[in-house]
Amino acid sequence: MKSQGPPARWRGMVLLLAFAAASLLASCRSSPTGDTVLKFWAMGREGEVVVQLLPEFERTHPGIRVEVQQLPWTAAHEKLLTAFAGDATPDLCQLGNTWVPEFVALGAIAPLDRYVAASPVVDAADYFSGIWQTNLVGGALYGVPWYVDTRLLFYRRDLLAQAGYASPPASWPEWTRMMAAIKQRAGPDRYAILLPLNEAEPLLALALQQDEPLLRGDGRWGNFDSAGFHRALQFYVDAFRAGFAPAKTGVDVSNVWNEFGRGYFAFYISGPWNIAEFKRRLPASVQAEWATAPLPGPSGPGASIAGGSSLVVFRASKSKAAAWQLIEYLERPDVQRRFHELTGDLPPRREAWRGAPLADDVYARAFRDQLERVKPTPKVAEWERIADQMRLVAERAVSGGLSVDQAAKELDARANDILEKRRWMLARGEPH
Amino acid sequence: MRVDRAAWWFVAPALLVIAVFFFLPVVAAFLISLTDFDIYALADLANLRFVGLGNYLKLLQTPLFWQALGNTLYFVGAGVPLSIAASLGAALLLHSRLTRFKPFFRTALFAPVVTTLVAVAVIWRYLFNTRYGLLNYALGGLGIDPIDWLGDPHWAMPAIILFAVWKNFGYNMIIFLAGLQSIPDELYEAARIDGASIWRQFASVTLPMLSPVVMLVGILTIAGYFQLFAEPYVMTQGGPLQSTVSVLYFMYEEGFKWWNLGSASAVAFVLFLLIFAVTALQLRGKRWIGG
Repeated sequence: MKSQGPPARWRGMVLLLAFAAASLLASCRSSPTGDTVLKFWAMGREGEVVVQLLPEFERTHPGIRVEVQQLPWTAAHEKLLTAFAGDATPDLCQLGNTWVPEFVALGAIAPLDRYVAASPVVDAADYFSGIWQTNLVGGALYGVPWYVDTRLLFYRRDLLAQAGYASPPASWPEWTRMMAAIKQRAGPDRYAILLPLNEAEPLLALALQQDEPLLRGDGRWGNFDSAGFHRALQFYVDAFRAGFAPAKTGVDVSNVWNEFGRGYFAFYISGPWNIAEFKRRLPASVQAEWATAPLPGPSGPGASIAGGSSLVVFRASKSKAAAWQLIEYLERPDVQRRFHELTGDLPPRREAWRGAPLADDVYARAFRDQLERVKPTPKVAEWERIADQMRLVAERAVSGGLSVDQAAKELDARANDILEKRRWMLARGEPH
Repeated sequence: MRVDRAAWWFVAPALLVIAVFFFLPVVAAFLISLTDFDIYALADLANLRFVGLGNYLKLLQTPLFWQALGNTLYFVGAGVPLSIAASLGAALLLHSRLTRFKPFFRTALFAPVVTTLVAVAVIWRYLFNTRYGLLNYALGGLGIDPIDWLGDPHWAMPAIILFAVWKNFGYNMIIFLAGLQSIPDELYEAARIDGASIWRQFASVTLPMLSPVVMLVGILTIAGYFQLFAEPYVMTQGGPLQSTVSVLYFMYEEGFKWWNLGSASAVAFVLFLLIFAVTALQLRGKRWIGG
């Protein structure tokens, strides 16, 4: 067997190298015309729709081209972390605002205070303050709110009227009385409220209404053994124990809209996307009978969760100024109104709510009211995990496995365990 | 000598691929399992702490891990015999001389294997629905009260087992069918002449002749069922009350939801050891039975 391998192999290797070099060069080249190319990642429906807003931006900003990549929400978090690990982050990105602290902890996203201070468009005072605050971590601003998302009450007017109530509840005692009256009329097979056990948000909203923060010591320790969290958890668990809510997960109530239409429950805590869904999916007979209302608090109108998405710029971006220009464009009130028409997403700044179409929308009105009373979740990278534990522990309390007191203590212990690394990091003097 | 070296060159690409894509990740995963690798470490490796066997020790003290292990063993213990019985039964029916339209039934019974899990899971969720589900409707006909299949922690795992067995039994059925077809007819003829009943023929001819196939199917099914993940992931998300969290689901949440790659790797190694031990036991058992 005569070997003539090496020369042939070398030739192959050289070819391969040349090919790799060529493709590498091709990917580095910004654009044939020398334009700046912005890589913009957006998720879900927003990713599909934002493309329609971009021609106007590219027309008014010659020299900048935007490449949008759509990520499905389910894969977005993983994809962003992988991109960060592989040094392949985009220039700017849509980021769920509860993820901001995590990406700040990674050092993946850049502070924007300097840009906002100089911006004629982005005026912090015009934004709902709870939403704006979600982007502040350790005193610096890392994102600008793009659209907001909060949870409030969707309810059946006719079922409330039958129980003898003309308007939705404004406080917990009133709410409890209404649920009792509705449940009494509904009988054993129907309920007053749906609180899906696989969702953390309803309990989280009730917990945020309390004066005590959910974490203490700059996010070093859980604060779930506080009187406030006890109160929220008690109210939540009582709704199940009194039979107002079925002990079911959302998986088991296979079609929320059908069930709401059939009057299986009268109250449902949900977000703005369900305005469009209810309009589309509820039968015609109940279309006039549903409405939205701000979330009742322990004594009077209560707070809710400051959710939604922000626009962030990555630290590794070489075109931060151009990325900021795109953010500024997307934050313009007129562009925000168009974005609302395309997606149904609610804008984060008051200016965009003035005039048609939002000012006239009867369903959006309760959201406008609620948005003045939204609170951010604790700004630690571990928050989502703690919220998940909150859901699991609450489920145990609902099923009767734990008392409210035990559940609060258990959750505190689990939160403290999850925050161990954060405490270690802070003790070493790492800034957030 | 020269031939030897040529042989090495020939297998080198394959060995290289195995080394780079199999052994290297396994070694890396083991090393990671000795650290507390998380998103802080992803940001800066200086935040990585070496914890030795800490992840393993902590795992043993985590109630959810034991619950996940218990759930997995329950799934394997109930699901594997059920699955093998169902596939063997279906194969025997298909193999029977009396069966008509064999190709049709063979395809129909195999169909669940090739369906998309997520799509059929949606349908099964409707079948399992407490108030509108077909299953409870049928039980109602027998006078049995509706069961909250996916919402009751006692029934969620049986529901998952039912779904998994339905989804998977067709695959083993085909293997059994091939095994049955390779049993010579003369053996049955001889048994019939000796006056053996159908049951006796099954116990004394079919099963012994099929035992290597049963062994193979058993090992494959057990190894597969230990890796329970997709069914609870799409049907119940591990609920209710975490009664359908499997070891693999637990690992997924640790690793890819919370990005605690250190403890997730430790879970992966524990699962590996578990499957390895069970398979070794099975092979040992086979040798005893085989004499």
